[in-house]
Amino acid sequence: MPKELWKGNEAIAEAAVRAGLEAYFGYPITPQTEILEYLSRRMPELGRTFVQAESELGAINMVYGAACTGVRVMSSSSSPGVSLMMEGISYIAGTEVPAVLVNVMRGGPGLGNIAPAQGDYNQAVHGGGHGDYQPIVLAPASVQEAIDLTVLSFDLAEKYRAICMVILDGCVGQMMEPAQMPEMKPIQRANWDWATDGKMGKRERRILTSIYLDPIEEEKLNLRLLNRWRTIQANEIRYKEYFLDDAEIVIVGFGTAGRVALSAVRTAREQGIKVGLLRPITVSPFPSEVIDQLAGRAEAFLVTEMNSGQMLEDVRLAVKGRVPVEFYGRLGGVVPFPDEILSEIQRMAKIKLSANVHPRDAWLERMAKV
Amino acid sequence: MATENLVYDRPEGFTDTPTHYCPGCTHGVAHRLVAEVLEDMGLIDKTIGVAPVGCAVFAYNYFDTDFVEAPHGRAPAMATGIKRVLPDRVVFTYQGDGDLASIGMGEIVHAAARGENLTVIFINNANYGMTGGQMAPTTLPGMKTTSSPNGRDVETQGYPIKVSEMLSTLEGVGYCVRRSLHDPKNIRLAKKAIRMAFETQVRGLGFSMVELLSTCPTNWGMTPVNSLKFVEEHMVPAFPLGDYKISEAIKQIKI
Repeated sequence: MPKELWKGNEAIAEAAVRAGLEAYFGYPITPQTEILEYLSRRMPELGRTFVQAESELGAINMVYGAACTGVRVMSSSSSPGVSLMMEGISYIAGTEVPAVLVNVMRGGPGLGNIAPAQGDYNQAVHGGGHGDYQPIVLAPASVQEAIDLTVLSFDLAEKYRAICMVILDGCVGQMMEPAQMPEMKPIQRANWDWATDGKMGKRERRILTSIYLDPIEEEKLNLRLLNRWRTIQANEIRYKEYFLDDAEIVIVGFGTAGRVALSAVRTAREQGIKVGLLRPITVSPFPSEVIDQLAGRAEAFLVTEMNSGQMLEDVRLAVKGRVPVEFYGRLGGVVPFPDEILSEIQRMAKIKLSANVHPRDAWLERMAKV
Repeated sequence: MATENLVYDRPEGFTDTPTHYCPGCTHGVAHRLVAEVLEDMGLIDKTIGVAPVGCAVFAYNYFDTDFVEAPHGRAPAMATGIKRVLPDRVVFTYQGDGDLASIGMGEIVHAAARGENLTVIFINNANYGMTGGQMAPTTLPGMKTTSSPNGRDVETQGYPIKVSEMLSTLEGVGYCVRRSLHDPKNIRLAKKAIRMAFETQVRGLGFSMVELLSTCPTNWGMTPVNSLKFVEEHMVPAFPLGDYKISEAIKQIKI
């Protein structure tokens, strides 16, 4: 397929269609509404299911119902809407059915604003819904990656009978870039041995539920989910490395924050600073092992995020205090400029860094002086 | 020679499982009517049920059909998801009054408004049974519950919601009636209504719902017999039985 100019949100919608999306249920919210609008035309022309739900609660539970039949199904929303979906996400996880959810994140908390942000990292990665489960979370940084990861999200969701979230900030959702679409994949209904699609004279009845009234049985489910999670951790960690071979300073950033950091890294390299970038693609499972290895040879880390340092804590856990970890963030829908991150790199290359102060405190102190 | 006539047996739509319902509760009757209708119509094999949160949370143990278990109030949304991708299957929800008329009011109204080809069995027993008898949207004025210990005060706790009347105003609804389970005659009428509701779905004539006035002897603090009398003397006047909407196409159906 040739490259075409695609808007992030519409690219995600078309990529899902080509990956075999059979049903979409959604609700309007900025900055993801183009996904809903695009699929409201596209799905009916292919004879597939599109429903604009009465709320995000309705949408995620329609997804839940369709997922129980074993078809490829998704919803999309933005931060406040995803909060409303958390109930359904927990049920989907507890019932072990595959589903895909796209979160085009905006500034928060509360109604916040409609500017790009990454404040939902903790909600996505460290739970959000109630109970003991972990979702697979993918974080694209470009329109092309949004396409590729949307396709991948359906495969991962089915492979592990799990919820797979694609989290992107409004930047990736709203911008247009040249990108290549995959070929249209014909819909093939897998003959799952768990799907509740009616006995149809062929088998015993099936039940899909997230209720395990006997604590011993619930514990078995929890352990099953945990063991599956360990398999996911062993097989599905994805990240991109840039200039890391000889890097003394390692930047860690996902999505747009990672992409902005890459511009800063390139400029710093031109200035002779040995800096590289690790951009996690799977923020859950988190690439802790590669950070662990980098911490053995790098001199310092810089975490850049469009939040108050949520992934920062996961990086610190992996670095285990061996080298200083610094933080630079912009919040509330503000996107950092490459120059801001470049200044941080230049500062780190010049002065001796201390590992004794919490990086968030040090960052706030620096911000206060600006 | 004495002849033996089998007058009562487990319908094919049931599994061989004793129910968890309290003695005298009419959930068992409602379950049986649904199972009998599915058997009569030959639908057991292609039916997918959606259980609620509440006393009927374990409904999936009793019906010999595929079943899923919805979050509280969300059964009509889940059922929408299933029915839209499998339009040739029969999908029904079984919901209580707390589930359907309180936390799930958004889901039921919009499933009805969209005219989803679903069947909803709505059990109205005027309280939250599973959690121990709290006030529901259908609790009668003055009725004592564990969360309206002095009786439902309409000044501060509002009036009962008449769901069938409300949903019957929506264009998407094909069949919407209220029946009661307090005596054999009404049980027979209820079965006929459940049949018509599933006929509506099978023919693609829109959303169908049967509201069933039911007992809750345990939480009402009454004997089963007195509970049945309570339904007849207090519930029926507050929630009049009747056909709230039967579309023209459904009126033509002869069974």
